[in-house]
Amino acid sequence: MTPMVKAEGVHKSFGHVEVLKGIDLEVAPREVFCLIGPSGSGKSTFLRCINHLEKINAGRLYVDGELVGYRQKGDKLYELKDSEVALKRRDIGMVFQRFNLFPHMTALENVMEAPVQVKGETKAVARERGERLLDRVGLADKAGNYPSQLSGGQQQRVAIARALAMEPKLMLFDEPTSALDPELVGDVLDVMRSLAEDGMTMVVVTHEMGFAREVGDSLVFMDEGVVVESGHPRDVLTDPQHERTKSFLSKVL
Amino acid sequence: MTVEINKAGPEDTPPTPPEAIKAIPVRHYGRYVSALIALGILAAIVVAFAKGDINWGVIPDYFFDSRILRGVRETLILTLAAMAIGIAGGIVLSIMRMSKNPVTSSIAWFYIWFFRGTPVLVQLLVWFNLGFVFDTINLGPIYKDEWSDFMTPFLTALLGFGLNEAAYMAEICRAGLMSVDEGQTEASHALGMSHRKTLRRVVIPQAMRMIVPPTGNEVINMLKTTSLVYVVQYYELLKESSDIGTSSGATVEMMFLAAFWYLVLTTVFSIGQYYLERYYARGSSRSLPPTPLQRLRANLFSFSTRSPEAKR
Repeated sequence: MTPMVKAEGVHKSFGHVEVLKGIDLEVAPREVFCLIGPSGSGKSTFLRCINHLEKINAGRLYVDGELVGYRQKGDKLYELKDSEVALKRRDIGMVFQRFNLFPHMTALENVMEAPVQVKGETKAVARERGERLLDRVGLADKAGNYPSQLSGGQQQRVAIARALAMEPKLMLFDEPTSALDPELVGDVLDVMRSLAEDGMTMVVVTHEMGFAREVGDSLVFMDEGVVVESGHPRDVLTDPQHERTKSFLSKVL
Repeated sequence: MTVEINKAGPEDTPPTPPEAIKAIPVRHYGRYVSALIALGILAAIVVAFAKGDINWGVIPDYFFDSRILRGVRETLILTLAAMAIGIAGGIVLSIMRMSKNPVTSSIAWFYIWFFRGTPVLVQLLVWFNLGFVFDTINLGPIYKDEWSDFMTPFLTALLGFGLNEAAYMAEICRAGLMSVDEGQTEASHALGMSHRKTLRRVVIPQAMRMIVPPTGNEVINMLKTTSLVYVVQYYELLKESSDIGTSSGATVEMMFLAAFWYLVLTTVFSIGQYYLERYYARGSSRSLPPTPLQRLRANLFSFSTRSPEAKR
């Protein structure tokens, strides 16, 4: 079975700062893959490389068996055109720490936007699915509200519905609950849990160790641009092998 | 506002609402005093002008004169057409300027540098006299004519103002586009939207909130700047008024008349701008700003007792 995401020696630098120093990992289809680590460890950057919001400097990154951002012919790499990159991003949903909902559109319009504009769906079809998705994240009654009229947790659930509207085969979550009030975190995690139960492949950058332990299938601890330790969440979280992992977990658990 | 409220409230809350505070509001005596002083000064100015050697009676006579109305029409057409060129050009230039492509961004930079760097009056005269450079205009099979026949006063004015305005609008649009959070572009790209769609559907609608107020300013500026076109023999409001003034002997009166008309037009534009701002503010705040009428009423109240916030 082709892995949904495969990274081979992925390097990324911003100027002279090397943020990723050779990441190797594989995410299997239907897997919930959690990335944890201190801030600045490169986990968010790695996530953004998966849908080519950041270009990698070295190594290879594959999504569903296809190279991200490039086309390989023989031993030469050709950069993809913007339109080709956009085509691949359709299949990869992303949820951001700060939601990034479109503030000039209602919740329903946010969810309908990409299917109508990108896939050329009719508004009726997109609306029908949009309403269903909003209902799924528990916000059927907020369809007509603008993001500024929603709480953080509600906004993040709309953002998840918006990403799902493109019917992606892979979902990326970039610290989806870090900007939320503690009591709103649960609603968002519930939605993510139900997605996992439905078999969605998910790569989740998170500080929610409870979620990682319960829902995660694999977990990677990153620090300073390298993978320090990986394994099943229960094993890594309860019995970390490396000193760095131990000291990090002792602070967050 | 839609804040989630816990459905199960405490059972022991008393059913009667708490007694509202009844306090004597702060008295703003300074407001009465300053209003009186301002009214006094205004009255003094009105009296001074009324006593002056100005024949006010001719202003109403000529206010709806057919030549004046034609001038108003020409001023409006020129303003709107030049602004249309300016806004369209400005959007294109600002996108070019922010493009990753070094060729387009350099072209935009050079255009803005040139058109902002020279006075619009000079540009008008240059357009008018381009016949010294080009004898004829030849667009192959489509159009061919002498330059002086092609470059009418209207076209001169339109190109002169429109192309000049595009340079200023480009900077206003660029400021607007830059004000939109980068996360918006990222979210749009992550959904698979192309660069062009992202601009059109996500970035520009949000940039409009920043772009509309200074653009309103530009429209009003343009309305008044069009009075410069007398140098290229174009008849608009000011030229018509001053011609009537010369032939009838009521020179100063006709200037006042023109000033009144400009005030009427700028007022109309300002009202239009207000409603445009309201439109683009949707979603940006929890409640829409009040309409001018609502605000006027709120201000009247605040004059006597309280601040307008209390009315909302």
